[in-house]
Amino acid sequence: MHILVLLKMVPDVVEELEIAPGGKALDLEYLRMILSESDDHALEEALVLKERHDARITVLALDAPEVDDALFTALAKGADRAIKIVGMDAGLSTRQAARVFSQTIAHEPGILPVDLILTGVQAIDDLDGLIAPLVADDMGLPYLGIITRLDLDAPKHLALAVKEYPGAVRGEFEVNLPAVLGMQAAEKPPRYVPVAKVRATMKSRTVDCLPVPTLADGGWPAVQVVEMRRNEPAGHAEMLEGAPTQVSERLCGILAEHGLL
Amino acid sequence: MTGSICVLAEQWRGHMSEVTYETLALGREVADQLGIPLTAILTGSNARELARTLGAADSVLYVDHPLLAEPVPQPCAQALAQVMADRRPRALLVPLTNVSLGVSTLLSIRLGVAAVNFCKDLTVVDGQLRALCVMYGGKIEVTVEAGGEPAILGIWPGARPADKGRASRPASTIEQITVALEEPRVRLKKYIDPEAGDVDLSRQDVLVAVGRGIQSRDNLGLVEELAKTLGGAVAGSRPVIDQGWLPLSRQVGKSGLTVRPKLYIALGISGAPEHVEGMKDSGLIVAVNSDPRAPIFNIAHYGIVADVVETLPSLTAAIGAKRSVSHHA
Amino acid sequence: MPNEAIYLWILTLTAFGLFGRRVSRYVRVLLAARPEKRWDRVGRRLRLVLVNVLGQRRLIEEPVVGVAHLVIFWSFVFFAASFFWNLVRGLLPFLPIPYADEVPWMSAALAVSGVAGLLALSVAAVRRYFFPPPRLEKSKDASIILGLIAVVLLSSLAGQWFRTSAPAVSRAMWWVHMVTVLGFLAYLPYSKHLHLLASPFGVFFASLQPGKLPEASSGAARREEFTWRQLFSGLACAECGRCDRSCPAFQSGSALSPKMLMHHMKELARGTAAGHTGAVFVGDVITREEIWACTSCLACMERCPVMNEHVPVLIEMRRHLIGEGDMDESLQQALKNLTRYGNSFGAAPRARPKWTQQLDFSIKDARKEPVHYLWFVGDYCSYDPRVAAATCAAARVFHKAGVDFGILYEGEHNSGNDVRLAGEEGLFESLRDKNRNSFARAHFNEIVTTDPHSFQALKHEYPPENGASSVLHHTQLLRQWIVNGDLPLRRKLHMKVTYHDPCYLGRYNAIFEAPRHVMAALGLTLVEMRRNRTYAYCCGAGGGRIWMEDPPVFKERPAVTRVREAAALEGVRTLVVVCPKDLVMFQDAIKTTGLEGRLEVKELSELVEQAMG
Repeated sequence: MHILVLLKMVPDVVEELEIAPGGKALDLEYLRMILSESDDHALEEALVLKERHDARITVLALDAPEVDDALFTALAKGADRAIKIVGMDAGLSTRQAARVFSQTIAHEPGILPVDLILTGVQAIDDLDGLIAPLVADDMGLPYLGIITRLDLDAPKHLALAVKEYPGAVRGEFEVNLPAVLGMQAAEKPPRYVPVAKVRATMKSRTVDCLPVPTLADGGWPAVQVVEMRRNEPAGHAEMLEGAPTQVSERLCGILAEHGLL
Repeated sequence: MTGSICVLAEQWRGHMSEVTYETLALGREVADQLGIPLTAILTGSNARELARTLGAADSVLYVDHPLLAEPVPQPCAQALAQVMADRRPRALLVPLTNVSLGVSTLLSIRLGVAAVNFCKDLTVVDGQLRALCVMYGGKIEVTVEAGGEPAILGIWPGARPADKGRASRPASTIEQITVALEEPRVRLKKYIDPEAGDVDLSRQDVLVAVGRGIQSRDNLGLVEELAKTLGGAVAGSRPVIDQGWLPLSRQVGKSGLTVRPKLYIALGISGAPEHVEGMKDSGLIVAVNSDPRAPIFNIAHYGIVADVVETLPSLTAAIGAKRSVSHHA
Repeated sequence: MPNEAIYLWILTLTAFGLFGRRVSRYVRVLLAARPEKRWDRVGRRLRLVLVNVLGQRRLIEEPVVGVAHLVIFWSFVFFAASFFWNLVRGLLPFLPIPYADEVPWMSAALAVSGVAGLLALSVAAVRRYFFPPPRLEKSKDASIILGLIAVVLLSSLAGQWFRTSAPAVSRAMWWVHMVTVLGFLAYLPYSKHLHLLASPFGVFFASLQPGKLPEASSGAARREEFTWRQLFSGLACAECGRCDRSCPAFQSGSALSPKMLMHHMKELARGTAAGHTGAVFVGDVITREEIWACTSCLACMERCPVMNEHVPVLIEMRRHLIGEGDMDESLQQALKNLTRYGNSFGAAPRARPKWTQQLDFSIKDARKEPVHYLWFVGDYCSYDPRVAAATCAAARVFHKAGVDFGILYEGEHNSGNDVRLAGEEGLFESLRDKNRNSFARAHFNEIVTTDPHSFQALKHEYPPENGASSVLHHTQLLRQWIVNGDLPLRRKLHMKVTYHDPCYLGRYNAIFEAPRHVMAALGLTLVEMRRNRTYAYCCGAGGGRIWMEDPPVFKERPAVTRVREAAALEGVRTLVVVCPKDLVMFQDAIKTTGLEGRLEVKELSELVEQAMG
């Protein structure tokens, strides 16, 4: 059983995001990249399935700052192979990234056959689409997103997936394999791997580098950004300032005015 | 439908989702500004009656097929692609909900057009449609040109009030379309309803919700005290439920409950769209967060920039004191 | 050779044989364990033996039983010497030497020490059976030994008493005496009284720097993965319970009992640790809750009369668990934050110096211009809003004192002290290297820090070549400045306060008087809590515990106990601290116990600033 996990690096929003001069994109100077949170869950789910079904895991990522850390961490956690796709322009949109993924998977020898492709359901910078359905449709595979539980029936080539709905409702699905699934949350939180183990992995393992495939321009119209700006929240809420006791008093007054006390 | 603004109506488990009316309201505005008609399109099986509630649109298309009884992204996209193969609207508005997630992306590939995600508003500038989108967990706003025929736009819930999209009269003309769908490779077996929790959040007048800013499970006691003093219940955003600090029945947001209490106090919640979706219609929203830039302050009526754990005891004490005064008065 | 001698030879060889066999098995186990260097500074070690074995200093901390034990010890030593004398004489009857009690001064000495010993034994027995302190292990072993020693002493006394009046009885008593001692010798390595043999070695091989963490390792889960000294602690343990009595984790109801930990190490060394097959030492015999409950306050090691090393054992097991990724979510998140952002809060590194914006002067950037003092601020002092007031007060004090100081701004990372205690060696090294890089690029002469945890790491866990001639805690600097007249104090603060000795200044570094001098100079009246200096009761945040979820606690959390202790002092409304974690823990405890208004926590810098006017 071969599981492919697609990883994407996204801007780390813990750092303050600045807009580049020109006002249409993020300023890269202080920007740090971090593995997209739901991709981390996709990797964890793959590792859980590996333990349960004796599967093989390949992780695939596009070159980006700090991606090596993510890939070696994946190897340290138990992935069998890590591939980094290099040589493309910076700032690929999600749609372009998905195309790079699907073309690489389809044409690079040694990746297929794949039984399951896992990736995060959505990333914070997915302005022009989501990786999972894009890759699925490009490869003609079934797709389902927002998965929180996954079981595999390998002999029957089926996945049993649970999808999240509003109101804490869940839906049980049967999906023909191979398929692309967008993970919302793995069945257990992403595991911890000690720093020493990641360092040791950096010394003992390698990440395969593949050149980016030439994309036949499939008429993918890009999204034209007119303007990008920081969300300045001060506009809406009336801010209450002062020491905790002062602020609490004021808030009490407001609640009383609204008849809430 | 060609050249119109089209809204994908969302039906789920036999009911029309509220977000449909919100999106219709937005679509109506945009259509009027552009001087073009508004079409609503609904997929389902034997759901024609539901389609009648879409009267806010100028015309309604209803796509009927047994495989469309419950929304599953690929069959939906396949059906819509067939419908739009030769009748392309100017733009298609698709709600960004768990139910419809993926449809806009899939459809955009099949029609060979761009998709725009995370839209919270649409404007018309010089006859051009523009989308205002929130990215990066709500921290960045991006204005984009919604080009393409159609432009496929994923719309956040809450873009407009639902009432503005409800019609006084049922839809007069409903065009029913049949499509051919391939054998589904993704099959819904059943829904699992949540276990009844001890508290029904949707019935509470006061909710005190906690997010990551509460820092540790040990601080929940302080939160519960505040909720008790206010006569309300404790709720949580996704991260808190994922950690196991609160049960699933307390989750507010995209995958949890949508609530409309009279008072919603958000403690240590950043205000990412996924959570805001679940509480934006609350009567009075008060947010406490140590980050002055937290997007929650966009939706709150009152904001306090402070450490949650620092502020909680004073808040509880002050409210408790005020309450006992008002009881004695 | 007379028959008696032959019987004696048989008994002696049997006893020594049993003794030797058991002891050599222990030695083999210790040799197979991981090595640890404890042969350095022999002079210092011998002095430790002098004070703690011959002088029994730690035992005398509990005076009644301490003095009794001292008497028992010395009379035992004396009787042991006389026993060997008698044994040699008995085994080699042709030797022209008398028995020990045939020599007048020896006989008198034996009588005196016999009586004294018996009196002391009675005191010990009364304490053990009628007034036992909590956590004293009342094992059958202990009773047997008390009985055996009593027989040894009584038989010797009786032998002497009846020597002239009933020689046959006297001779019989001699045999009773010899057989009992031989039996004791054979029994000793199988019982808790192995400590008689092991503890002098334990003291000799003690850690000369109790707070220093064990050398980097990948942790221990099996016997051979511990060091010989860590296993030895189990063998030397007398199960007295002093560690439990002083342990904040144990006292607050968590699963950790330092005494039971030593007991399990003894079982591990003996090979009897796993009661049933399949039980894993780390996890089953010693549970995860126990391993993570330790606050690393060092109280156990400070009180232990045989210099056992409880904390290193726990650290080795933590390293093992970390290696498996086995820890609670909360700790995991803190470690992930530290790895990525260099602080446990998960805040941006760029936000570290934001606290300086509250000051009306700017602090020099040590990366850009030379300074005399590099102020290593620390995570909690920088990022936690509850500590900001104290950090700013310290800054203003430094500024007003005209001191040349600077900080590293974003170049500072968590010192790694608590990371190392949590068992994440790799992360500690990474943080240390990042800090050392920053040091290498900055220009300074001395390092000062307001955070005792950082102080400990910078002083003892970082290599000395970090560019500083010395590492100081700010209380040491304040005291220096006051003594030199460099700190202008305009007014005296006439307040009654109490002071909490932080673990990392107190037990770890013996810094007790500097803060007290400063408080005296400020005009404060210090009312000591009963548990002060090396007895100070930890706030519970150390050892990485501040990053972990609280264990289900059946009694009081340590910080709550401590603030209650402070609040009970008459006329005292202020608890003075010099550690940011203490500040945070005690402030929280005051809120949860409803002591707000009755007691407040103040960092020393805030009081110094008040006195500076």
